[in-house]
Amino acid sequence: MNNKLKILTNGIIKENPVLVLVLGTCPALAVTNNTINGVGMGIAATFVLICSNMVISLLKKTIPDKVRIPCYIVVIAGFVTVVELLLEAYMKSLYDALGIFLPLIVVNCIILGRAEMFANKNSVFDSMLDGIGMGLGFTLALFIMGSIREILGVGTFCNIPIPWLADNPISILAQAPGGFFVYGFIIAMLNKVSHGKAVKRKSFDCESCPSHAGCSGAMKGGCGR
Amino acid sequence: MKEMLIILFTAILVQNFVLSKFLAICSFLGVSKKLDAAVGMSFAVIFVMLMATAATWPIYNFILDPNGLGYMQTVVFILVIAALVQLVEMFLKKFVPPLYQALGIFLPLITTNCAVLGVVVLNITESYNFAQSMVNSLGAGLGYMLAMVLFCGVRSRVDTADVPECFKGIPITLAAASIMSVSFMGFSGIVENMFK
Repeated sequence: MNNKLKILTNGIIKENPVLVLVLGTCPALAVTNNTINGVGMGIAATFVLICSNMVISLLKKTIPDKVRIPCYIVVIAGFVTVVELLLEAYMKSLYDALGIFLPLIVVNCIILGRAEMFANKNSVFDSMLDGIGMGLGFTLALFIMGSIREILGVGTFCNIPIPWLADNPISILAQAPGGFFVYGFIIAMLNKVSHGKAVKRKSFDCESCPSHAGCSGAMKGGCGR
Repeated sequence: MKEMLIILFTAILVQNFVLSKFLAICSFLGVSKKLDAAVGMSFAVIFVMLMATAATWPIYNFILDPNGLGYMQTVVFILVIAALVQLVEMFLKKFVPPLYQALGIFLPLITTNCAVLGVVVLNITESYNFAQSMVNSLGAGLGYMLAMVLFCGVRSRVDTADVPECFKGIPITLAAASIMSVSFMGFSGIVENMFK
């Protein structure tokens, strides 16, 4: 039981995909100028992650090793289409706000990464727990970034204006440069608080690359070698 | 012609794929350590973007859309890109070995590069015609290259700089990217006036 709980909580804090593993950076930067969009993106990705993890775990013996990456992509793309259609039907405003980043969940490093690192080695139930944990961690990170950028950059929280801040927004934080900056700042603060344990000497290497699994260069120590 | 130039320069400068649209951040941060790798990766991305656009635009407009299968675009596009990358890799290996030597190692990475899927989806949502789509893809690729090459230079300085302990590594890289993104914001509005 303890073991299962560990799988679940692993993704939320210790191995938070966005803030510690530095995966899924594109949506984390792009949709977090608004808290609601950030959380919406997080939930959409969580749904895809749980479903794809379970299906890939079920199929782990059937899928031939050589074509596993395309197979994973097809499974993931199928669930992404489901999410796209659901959001278009029931939550049109969120669908419009997320725009191109909704289909791009297909190439989100977290989902492919978990399929490759976890789901194809573990049981269906464990994969589901891992999907929930990772998804919650992703959503949490997007919520934190979204609220900081929205409160300081627009002066609202979940579209509700905050007195004083709404009249004096630091609008650059809601724009592209602010995304990079807030993200970097959060990671730096995490480092400070955890005394450098959070992102321990980890830089951008093959681990954080979505194609890590299918890449021949990864074994040789990086691209261009 | 003017319209094409506007699309091209908008994609390169104003709506830079990396710095203002946040696409392909993974590879932007991962491969920009060394200049030769950054240039190789960029050429491979430009190449695959153009091929992918040339393949997906007709598929969407002549097969999916007339048959009411537009909702399948995500699945179809990613499969087309994956197959295309594989084909290009095999073709280059067999017939153009020098080019394979230069680009080969980057090709498998590109299937999951979100800029490629991003640009083909954008071409459809913006309802560009075929020529406009190709120009937009070229611009997106060149913009990616510009951002990569510039950032490569920035990083070589950042890596040796003396920064606070907790900012070392990823945080300072992101802060540098943020400042570069500010400089690209300066281009907004420039393109419309450039071709008046």
